[in-house]
Amino acid sequence: MSNQTIHLIITRQDGPDSQPYKEEFKIPYRPNMNVISALMEIQRNPVNAEGKKVSPVVWESNCLEEVCGACSMVINGRPRQSCTALIDHLEQPIRLEPMSTFPVLRDLIIDRGRMFDALKKVKAWIPIDGTYDLGPGPRLAEIDRQWRYELSKCMTCGVCLESCPNVNSKSNFMGPFVVGQVDLFNSHPTGAMNKGERIEALISDGGLQECGNSQNCVRACPKGIPLTTAIAKMNKEATKHSFKKWLSF
Amino acid sequence: MSSQRSFVNRRLHSLLGVIPVGFFLLEHLYTNYLASKGAEEFLGQVMWLWNLPFLLILEIFFIILPLLYHGIYGVYIAIQAKSNPGQFSTFRNWMFTLQRITGVITLVFVLWHVWDTRIRVVGFGKESTLELAKEMTVAQAETIQNPIFFWVFIIGTVAAVFHLCNGMWAFLVSWGITVGPRAQRISTYVWMAVFVIVSIMGVQAALGFADDSFIQEVEKINALQ
Repeated sequence: MSNQTIHLIITRQDGPDSQPYKEEFKIPYRPNMNVISALMEIQRNPVNAEGKKVSPVVWESNCLEEVCGACSMVINGRPRQSCTALIDHLEQPIRLEPMSTFPVLRDLIIDRGRMFDALKKVKAWIPIDGTYDLGPGPRLAEIDRQWRYELSKCMTCGVCLESCPNVNSKSNFMGPFVVGQVDLFNSHPTGAMNKGERIEALISDGGLQECGNSQNCVRACPKGIPLTTAIAKMNKEATKHSFKKWLSF
Repeated sequence: MSSQRSFVNRRLHSLLGVIPVGFFLLEHLYTNYLASKGAEEFLGQVMWLWNLPFLLILEIFFIILPLLYHGIYGVYIAIQAKSNPGQFSTFRNWMFTLQRITGVITLVFVLWHVWDTRIRVVGFGKESTLELAKEMTVAQAETIQNPIFFWVFIIGTVAAVFHLCNGMWAFLVSWGITVGPRAQRISTYVWMAVFVIVSIMGVQAALGFADDSFIQEVEKINALQ
């Protein structure tokens, strides 16, 4: 077992505007490794499969327990978090690619900034700041709390955007995750006071209507967020909202 | 506030696909299905349709314009997608891809079919007589009796019916009618069943026209009861 190696094929890119290329690495096997510890091994000894010393592969990671969303990448064709991608569970050679739906900064590091822009656009927060104490908010029914808990698991990891056929360079779709976040804040009793504003933003350009119902997002989401249910629910809200708006002109 | 133009366009595209385009497809397949019941039944239905009041206005506003909008905007939607059923080979992702493929097949087929039947044979401004209906029916049967065009019709019809049924599934999601996974699953089964039934009807129609004695049968008719 000790002389076993792990074969990795990594899609690398030296800078935001440079051409991507593939590089192979063979690193010694240790039990219980994940993709991140394999990348750390390359960082420690950056020698490729041809024995040439190269610049170490860069990636992004933080929590190492699948709650921060930073280490998302495409592993053997599937977008997922590299911290929970265990080497023993992966078929070799292990192919690592950046989630190229996003701008690639370098190697496996991408810029997920567009997701945060989308959250700002739909006002994914509850405005409670004011000039005086507003007092305690209304209570939440247990069944709504349970639903909101599922939606609150979103860690803006970007996997749903990478898996969605309608998120690409030809479309301006903000992505499935943002629909769940609008539902999250609209189903909060205080957040519901700004429901209309969020729906308005959600149906503006690049919004909800760009969903093509491939339902890849709900399959790919590492947190099992019921994104397609949120999408259909928001479709219903958008239908109601626009009818009300047009009829009250 | 930014523009909601694409929301309105998408919803209009979804609505027009069902009303009137979807309804027209069902009516059209039913009419043609009557060909399998005999030439007289079929011609009777054609004459009834041709004698509808304001026929040209109905054709323009309830068929041509909605169909063109749905078709052209649909192509725009189809080319925007980056289908990935190879990477995510789930049922729904395949349906997503097939919806776009069948949409394009249907559009090409319908454009050719409108030219071949409505424009080439029937034309405009002619009187809707039984003679003209017979001429159109014979021309149609002659096309379908060519084995290549028979298969063109089968593929075109099945693609159109698939696009309608799967489109109905998506319509119910896009308007927020089927919300939860169970409702959407049952909707899948319902529209699968509709797809099978309507496809059989469409194939029967093509078989009716492809029948060797159909042209003779049409020519024998001199007056409708």
